[in-house]
Amino acid sequence: MEKAKPINQFQAGDHIEITSIQLTGVMRRRLLDLGFVPGAVVELNQKSPLGDPIAYKVCGTQVALRQEESVLITGKKRSAEERRSS
Amino acid sequence: MTKNIALAGNPNTGKSTLFNFLTGLKQHTGNWPGKTVVRAEGQFETDRHSYKVIDLPGTYSLYSNSADEEVARDYIIFEKPDITLVVVDATSLERNLNLALQVLEMTSNVIICVNLIDEARRKGITVDQKKLSEQLGVPVVLISAREKVGVIELLKTIDQMADGTIETCPYQIAYDNTVETEIEALEPKIKQLFGDHFPSRWIALRLIDGDQHLLDALKAYIQRSSQIKSDLELKQGGVSHGA
Repeated sequence: MEKAKPINQFQAGDHIEITSIQLTGVMRRRLLDLGFVPGAVVELNQKSPLGDPIAYKVCGTQVALRQEESVLITGKKRSAEERRSS
Repeated sequence: MTKNIALAGNPNTGKSTLFNFLTGLKQHTGNWPGKTVVRAEGQFETDRHSYKVIDLPGTYSLYSNSADEEVARDYIIFEKPDITLVVVDATSLERNLNLALQVLEMTSNVIICVNLIDEARRKGITVDQKKLSEQLGVPVVLISAREKVGVIELLKTIDQMADGTIETCPYQIAYDNTVETEIEALEPKIKQLFGDHFPSRWIALRLIDGDQHLLDALKAYIQRSSQIKSDLELKQGGVSHGA
C-alpha cells in the first residue's frame, strides 16, 4: 500500500482508505457522521471540470467535498487485490 | 394515559411513511417554537394504549451541527418520550447505526426499526434481527412501512415497551482512558444537579466535547425549574400566611 496523501489527489475510480481527518469542529463532526472515518473506504467518483469540488462515494451515498475540506483528509489507495481480500 | 413515541432517523429512511401508516389520516403539522423546522404530530391507538407520535426531523447525527439536529436532540433529552423509535435504512445500516448509537447513549427506551427491508432483500442484503438486537441491547424489528411488512410485530413491541415488560440494556460505547476518566469525574456532579432526570454519562460526553448549545439549553432548564419552584414557594407561603 502506498503512502497516505490528501484524498483530493486521487483519480476517479480509486478506492481510498481514510487514514486521518485533520478538520476540526462542526465540519469534522459532520464528515464523521457522513462516513468519513479513519479505516473507512471511500471511492472517488468524479472530479468537476476544474477539479473542485470532487464527488466521493461513502457508505453508498455520493458526497461532494470542496478542496478546502478534502485537502485535510488523508487516505491510502486500496488496490483491487486488497479490496477483494477484505 | 397517552404515551409519547418519537420517530428519529436519518433523512429518507421512511420515517414519514411509517408515521403516516401509524397515524392514518389524523396527522397534522406544527412548528417548534422559534424554529423553522416543521414537526408532525399524530395519534394512534392499540388495544392496550393510546399513543402520540412525533415525527422528528431526519438527521445523520444529534450533535447540534444544525437546527434540525438540535430540535431532535432537545426533544429526546428534555421532552423524554416514552419510546424512541429509531428508523434505520436496511440498505445502508453502517451510516444509519451512527445515529442509533447516539440515541442509545441518551435513552434506554429505544426500539430499532429496520425499514426498507423489502428493498434490502432485493439487493441481496440480509439483516440478522436477533444478532443486531443482542448487540445493541434493545428490540429490533424488521419492517417495510411501504409494503406493511412487519408492522404487527412493531405494534406488539411498542405495546410491550409501553407496558414496561421489555428490559433493555442499550449498548454503551467505551471510550479511551482519558475520556472515561473525565466522564467519571463529571458524572457525580451532573447527577448532583439533575438527579436521574437526564442521562448523566451522555451529558458528561457533551460537556467534554464542548457542546455550547447543550450547555445553554441546560442552563435555561435550570433557570426555568428554579423559577417554577420559587413561584410555587411564594404561592404556598402566601396561602399559609393568610391562614
